[in-house]
Amino acid sequence: MYVAVKGGERAIDAAHDWLAEERRGSPEIAELSIAQIREQLALAVNRVMAEGSLYDPDLAALAIKQARGDLIEAIFLIRAYRTTLPRFGSSLPVETNHMACTRRISATFKDAPGGQILGPTFDYTHRLLDFALMAEGLPAAAPGSGAPEGVTSPGAPPPEMPRITDFLNRDGLIQEEHPDAETPPDLTREPLEFPANRALRLQAITRGDEGFILGMAYSTQRGYGRNHPFVGELRFGTVSVEAEIPELGFSIEIGDIELTECETVNQFTGSKTEPPQFTRGYGLTFGHTERKAISMALVDRALRWEELGEDNAGVPAQDEEFVLSHSDNIQGTGFLEHIKLPHYVDFQSELELIRKLRAEAQAAMHQEAAE
Amino acid sequence: MSDYNFAYLDEQTKRMIRRALLKALAIPGYQVPFASREMPMPYGWGTGGVQVSAATLTPEDTFKVIDQGADDTTNAISIRKFFEKTANVGTSEKTEEATIIQTRHRIPETELQEGQILVYQVPIPEPLRFLEPRETETRRMHALEDYGLMHVKLYEDIARHGAIATAYAYPVMVQDRYVMDPSPIPKFDNPKMEMAAIQLFGAGREQRIYALPPYTKVVSLDFEDHPFDPSKAEHPCALCGAEDSYLDEVITDDQGTRMYVCSDTDYCESRRATGHIGTEGTQPEEVFA
Repeated sequence: MYVAVKGGERAIDAAHDWLAEERRGSPEIAELSIAQIREQLALAVNRVMAEGSLYDPDLAALAIKQARGDLIEAIFLIRAYRTTLPRFGSSLPVETNHMACTRRISATFKDAPGGQILGPTFDYTHRLLDFALMAEGLPAAAPGSGAPEGVTSPGAPPPEMPRITDFLNRDGLIQEEHPDAETPPDLTREPLEFPANRALRLQAITRGDEGFILGMAYSTQRGYGRNHPFVGELRFGTVSVEAEIPELGFSIEIGDIELTECETVNQFTGSKTEPPQFTRGYGLTFGHTERKAISMALVDRALRWEELGEDNAGVPAQDEEFVLSHSDNIQGTGFLEHIKLPHYVDFQSELELIRKLRAEAQAAMHQEAAE
Repeated sequence: MSDYNFAYLDEQTKRMIRRALLKALAIPGYQVPFASREMPMPYGWGTGGVQVSAATLTPEDTFKVIDQGADDTTNAISIRKFFEKTANVGTSEKTEEATIIQTRHRIPETELQEGQILVYQVPIPEPLRFLEPRETETRRMHALEDYGLMHVKLYEDIARHGAIATAYAYPVMVQDRYVMDPSPIPKFDNPKMEMAAIQLFGAGREQRIYALPPYTKVVSLDFEDHPFDPSKAEHPCALCGAEDSYLDEVITDDQGTRMYVCSDTDYCESRRATGHIGTEGTQPEEVFA
């Protein structure tokens, strides 16, 4: 009697034990190491760092292991860890002009100063399962002519890599970006309020769910707020992070991080306030996360409609409240999955209401029939 | 847990939350934006309530957590354990012993006293959200006390169903100024909101805090000719015989036989311990042995 809803505490403990067992899988199979995940599932690690908003490949690899490969769960672990970290300063803005590029391509010019560097990309692979990868335990094949000498090796600071959009800017063909002296708001320290400025929007999108941002970007391509994007430039590589130390009075390098940056060039026929010119969208993400960076640039561009004097077509990607309120997968998955929690009380009150309304409706019908 | 601060959150974060709480208490029913943190449990599991509790707890407090009125539902246990671990506070299942009670979807049946704090977990803090999805719009409506849309919705319910078709999260007017969402408590609980204890509401995902100071006027929205009706199942509790408590309906066999039992487990057990036994009830020791 009334036992079904009892025993929650023991059930939780048992469920956790079971989960730990499932996470490990068959004990006859060697356990994954953090280093293996970090090195061989690097793109998963990158996504967890980007959406977890914490640049730490080892912790991201640990989170993936603990989450059994569920990346949103891994992102959640990283976010929950990140929130407890003290904040002892801010870095200077990173200089992506000085990125040591492993990859750098432009879709708008066949060649440009700095060159096209294809880098490690899936772009031109044939998506055929490589069954040779199943033959485990064989000695590794000799490295081919992959990473060229000097591309990623440390040493002298890399030379400046010119920006494609700067060439267009020189001719006045693209809308100019003005430096903004204002300190950007911090989404993780201030509640999100609308309207949001561009810095805040970019901050939200870069940690937003890759799938959601991709879907939003895709919708603009399919006609829900078309903005005709070209990938002006996509670059991926290493930048150094500098921070000013108050005691020293100058900045020092505190480490290197990998970033993906995308600048789109968008067609624009002009508006009441702006002459015909190209406009820009911008994406910047942790790690090698190209799909996300390009999607981000498209969504950024769509959200700039007001600033550029465009019409609001009433499409989702132009609606900053819609995009920013729904892009965070930790918020989304939490609220979605919470409907698994008990709702007996609410359901009970609905049950009583519906019975009452039905009884009244039936009584009215009987009365009508009698009349 | 020496790696984490008392009650998990760092002191700066707690100070930020306390400021929001003080503002919320100063403007009853007004939704104060706050910089909600990621917590180690998911959004929707009570992160707002957990942050409010973390900012409110002191080492001397006695903490109680209920979900659906019960102390032993899985999520209530999980949150209680979280604070046992991170704050090392004493916990209790007794409503009258607790100084802070975190709740999801219920107000305890036992009347709360001065000095107690009731912390609600809130999924959607905006009572106007389902009438107007835009935050910019709803904030304007609150600022202008523009609640016509809500009255129209309630009126349409009456026109269509003969009654206001909201059974839980039934909107209230606070101190003649702000329309407030009481969180998804059954409307049966609404009249209890005028109480001696402090009521704090935390919505983590939506980044809002609001509050009701003790003895604040809280009126469930209604019309003169359709007065508010806090309904419940018309049965006594099968275990303790109570006729004044909110009841859960439990299906007991494949034929769909039902029994009705108190949703507030502490209330039900206390009654049985003092000899109130319903038709299907026994003394608590025997039931839970």
